[in-house]
Amino acid sequence: MRDTTSAGQHTSATPLLQTVALTKRYGTFLANDKIDLDIWPRQIHALLGENGAGKSTLVKTIYGLVQPSEGELRWEGRNMVLSGPSQARARGIGMVFQHFSLFDNLTVAENVALGLDGKESFKEISARLERVSHSYGLPLDPKREVWQLSVGERQRIEIVRALMQDPKFLILDEPTAVLTPQEADQLFVVLERLKSEGRAILYISHKLEEVKKLCDTATILRNGKKVATCNPKAETAASLARMMVGTEIKEVKPATTRQITVPRLAIIDLNLEPDDPHGVHLKGISLELRGGEILGIAGVAGNGQDELFAALSGERLAKDPGTVVIEGIAAGHLSISRRRKLGAAFVPEERLGHGTAPRMRLSENALLTGHVAGNMVLHGFVNTAATLNAVDRTTETFDVRKAKRDPEAASLSGGNLQKFIVGREILRNPAVLVVNQPTWGVDAGAAAVIRQALLDLAAGGAAVLVTSQDIDELIEISDRIAVMFHGRLSEPLPTAEASREKLGLLMGGSSLEATEQAHAAGT
Amino acid sequence: MELIEAIILSVLAASTPLLLAATGELVTERSGVLNLGVEGMMIVGAACGFGGAWLTGSIIVGALCGMVAGTLMSLLFAGMALGLAVNQVATGLSLTIFGIGLSGLIGAGFVGERITPAPHLYIPFITNIPLIGRILFGEDGFVYLSLALIAAVWWFLYRTRAGLIMRACGDNHVSAHALGYPVLRIRMYAVMFGGACAGLAGAYLPLAYTPFFIPGMTAGRGWIALALTVFASWRPGRLVIGAYLFGAVTILQLHAQGAGIGIPSQFMSSLPYLATVIVLVLLSRARTGGSTAPAALGTVFVPDR
Repeated sequence: MRDTTSAGQHTSATPLLQTVALTKRYGTFLANDKIDLDIWPRQIHALLGENGAGKSTLVKTIYGLVQPSEGELRWEGRNMVLSGPSQARARGIGMVFQHFSLFDNLTVAENVALGLDGKESFKEISARLERVSHSYGLPLDPKREVWQLSVGERQRIEIVRALMQDPKFLILDEPTAVLTPQEADQLFVVLERLKSEGRAILYISHKLEEVKKLCDTATILRNGKKVATCNPKAETAASLARMMVGTEIKEVKPATTRQITVPRLAIIDLNLEPDDPHGVHLKGISLELRGGEILGIAGVAGNGQDELFAALSGERLAKDPGTVVIEGIAAGHLSISRRRKLGAAFVPEERLGHGTAPRMRLSENALLTGHVAGNMVLHGFVNTAATLNAVDRTTETFDVRKAKRDPEAASLSGGNLQKFIVGREILRNPAVLVVNQPTWGVDAGAAAVIRQALLDLAAGGAAVLVTSQDIDELIEISDRIAVMFHGRLSEPLPTAEASREKLGLLMGGSSLEATEQAHAAGT
Repeated sequence: MELIEAIILSVLAASTPLLLAATGELVTERSGVLNLGVEGMMIVGAACGFGGAWLTGSIIVGALCGMVAGTLMSLLFAGMALGLAVNQVATGLSLTIFGIGLSGLIGAGFVGERITPAPHLYIPFITNIPLIGRILFGEDGFVYLSLALIAAVWWFLYRTRAGLIMRACGDNHVSAHALGYPVLRIRMYAVMFGGACAGLAGAYLPLAYTPFFIPGMTAGRGWIALALTVFASWRPGRLVIGAYLFGAVTILQLHAQGAGIGIPSQFMSSLPYLATVIVLVLLSRARTGGSTAPAALGTVFVPDR
């Protein structure tokens, strides 16, 4: 890779975009506190920070979605006031959103047209869409409706839409969070090309290795303030993480001796048709999980992970009771509560609305999964003291930070709520824990606490099934890893044999044999 | 021959208010807003429309009064449901209850009065062609207007940029906002269009259907328009089919009852609903995936700034 521009030398005299003491206040809360940022052409600039550090607010301000409370934006050296995103787009600022700003029931071409402000006819837009997507190697069918497309294809729409404005400056908000490693590599090729065309890129990501590989400069935010600007290539992932969090992150330590014991959870040739048109058909899934073991399920979102979770938790019942076996008892036909009584516990992906009832207090949410066992319900009445006690124990053990003793679930930050949910299930001392995306959108500190808790639970003899899109997380905590693709589950690989490349190929739909061959040919 | 012609003419007359009101609601719902106040906006439109025509002697002024009244009612809804982000179902229901009461008050002075109903088109010779002449070229202006309107709505939704933006607001208001579209303002326009259509549909009743005003004369047509919108899966073409089918079965079962067919009248009265539901359900089965309803329908949106 050519890398002649260091952080100090620039071809132009003024930065393309500057934020000068940019401040955004929501009530008394400072989302952004006097942030100075310089963006130069021909540069990929990383923006790092934990959740809630103010990254999203900052880029929304630059894109004109949020008005700054104080400070100013400068574009090519001159003051810039944006009343809306169309003004930002008119100047040459493009944005690829984290949660895509797409419309499921509209076609690709219609989605692109909505992101353009010009006076082009629909026909011209479709034609240009095909040209642009072709020239960047991002193929798209303009006539397909978005709900039919994969996550990777959806992101392509976002990127092509932004490129069609011929932006001088492109903002990407966690673009690789939902991609396979191979898809991410393709994206990096496109980004390098955009850089070589003289464009500037602001790149938000949680994946520090990726930032080190791709970015020329990194700005780190913490609690709404800028803490540093550095060259990420000269830093280590650990030093970047330290700047983001402000303290050392506790290293996750696996227990030295973990005893693999009896089978606790078995899935035997599970086939399940989806109950909604967007769902995935589960085909012939088999799996055995023993006590003391952590099994990871990797895969790009939407390949049947949610359906598998629903089949395991009992949200969907299998036709044949023998397909799901918990602690040696056929449970495929049992309700969620009956499965909990057998010693299983479940942590779904969505924290609000699935894992908890957002507008109910934590104690009430503790009751929702804890009522089957223990003393939370006495003679049909809720034992408030016991539910509050459960909240206190979870708070203490898992360091859940909250404003008062028993707040509404929705008032907690993502990381703290996730710690509460995982803690709530772990303190019930389950024999089997099924957890979906345990650290999705959770900051590094909380993620470490949760991963450690899963390891400790397995060390205590429980069987843990972890579904995650974060391959590094799975490699860190699992004993074996299987990959889900189009409703099928691959044979689990021992983690020692599961390289990122191998998993990535499996996530893209290659068979295990083909992957082995590719691997053998490579070495 | 005479009977068939009479039946078709009465079918068109019975279907027109349904089509008008449902057209408005279709646009409202396509923008993502569920306004259950159609019945209330219609009945106020009927009272004000009749009042305007009775006071001035002009059908056109009456129709305009109905539209303005419907629009004002819908603005009341927009203020609550969009401006204050109140629950749309509750707001719509209270709008209907409010409208029924208000129309009684407005119309109290006109009850028992009569006006000359809206004139029908007459083109010499052409209108006199047997059978099709009067059906195609002898209707009142509202019938033609309602068909032109639904055609215009189709063109707007699928052929214009503004229509695309409106559909986008109905599909995902968060995305539409993120791209910089003024979701609430667009929705307010859609709600106002819905109100004007409902007001006009209401005014049609005393101006063309029966030339006098009685309280409660909309008799649930607003609810039928709402149901038609849903069963037509928010598509203009199907809406026309649904509205005319409903009108046709309504009239036919009346004639069948008059002819003394030995089927309980209660069953006959339910036929229009059954027929419409069955046909439109069969039509909407054709789609294999995706959501037919605007995905953001009925959800409250508060932009963060």
